[in-house]
Amino acid sequence: MRKLFRDGSHLLRVAALFAAGIAAFFVLRGILVPSDFGRYGHYRAGALADNAKRAVHFGGKTACLDCHSDVADAQKGSRHANVRCEACHGPLAKHADDPGVQPAKLAPERLCLTCHRAIVGRPAKFPQIDPEEHAGGVECTSCHRPHHPEQEGKS
Amino acid sequence: MTVDRRAFFATAGKYLIVTAATAKVIETFLAGATPEPAAYAAADHWWAMVLDIEKCIGCGNCVRACKAENDVPLEAEYFRTWVERYHVRGEDMEHPDVDSPNGGYDGFPDKYPKGDGARTFFVPKLCNHCAHSPCVQVCPVGATFVSPDGVVLVDKSYCLGCRYCVQACPYGCRFIDPRTHTVDKCNLCYHRITKGLLPACVENCPTGSRMIGDLRNPNDPIHAFLREHKVQVLKPQMATGSKAFYNGLDGSVR
Repeated sequence: MRKLFRDGSHLLRVAALFAAGIAAFFVLRGILVPSDFGRYGHYRAGALADNAKRAVHFGGKTACLDCHSDVADAQKGSRHANVRCEACHGPLAKHADDPGVQPAKLAPERLCLTCHRAIVGRPAKFPQIDPEEHAGGVECTSCHRPHHPEQEGKS
Repeated sequence: MTVDRRAFFATAGKYLIVTAATAKVIETFLAGATPEPAAYAAADHWWAMVLDIEKCIGCGNCVRACKAENDVPLEAEYFRTWVERYHVRGEDMEHPDVDSPNGGYDGFPDKYPKGDGARTFFVPKLCNHCAHSPCVQVCPVGATFVSPDGVVLVDKSYCLGCRYCVQACPYGCRFIDPRTHTVDKCNLCYHRITKGLLPACVENCPTGSRMIGDLRNPNDPIHAFLREHKVQVLKPQMATGSKAFYNGLDGSVR
């Protein structure tokens, strides 16, 4: 035994190098790997909060109807009753947060015909028209109310 | 004064009961004064999406809403959700014509003639939020993962942009964001669902063709829908645990 360790200083040097390497690994790992990595799985737990914290652009129908209850009444019994406001009016979360922010203007190309132009592939049950044949180029809103299309007249 | 064991335990027991009752009364009184708002607990949810092909009209509202909500580049290669149109001819059901001009962002042109005997329908697509996701398995650094509430998320600060996941996804749902050179895809509007809002595509679907549901909430209407309809997932043979359930899915859809 003594013979083995008699000239073992080179072994000590190698062992010290190994120890230093392992220590460096753990120090680097401590610095580089976030402390919340692995809390739920093989990922950084903070990424959940990162994904959740982005800003909202669409306020949601409930936010709209908090103030615009007249529209809720106008939609009652209509085929558009379940169409959510921002589907036609565009993203309005900023306006919902602060009514002083003016809502964006409606994009005319994104209104009635976006859904109701007759296209092969649309379910047969869904109401579709050829605008030329149906109205000869007359604007939809001169006959239909957007919030209650079965009723005649504006708004 | 000497107290025997029996008497000691009897007295101690009485005092303990009185103390506990007093504490409970105080606690109830204080709790009544300050009701805590229920925070979002991820483990209480398990999100899934239902897509009803029979109701999809190919209007593209979902595609536009998704790009607006999630700041997705407007170029035609980058989509978190998109709509495909299938044109299935009777003589060759396995090779339908599929088109998706700009992912359906501008709607669909009337490309096919009426009454040519083919069946045409729209299929909205998005990340399937697989419970056993191939993209999660191949990520070398843990930048993509299934969250405790069942959403496949990307940790943008961790992603190397190595593109393994882009290749691994059987549904082609991932793209590399040209601005950050990290991967991007549908995260089920995680910033919305954790606040109790609907994902932007669901919020803006005019026909109710898209529905989000919480499979861990027994009162969620998704359970009734899944019971009453014959739903399918895309590529069931991959066994990815896909949570995008399609009603009216045709065998020709890949």
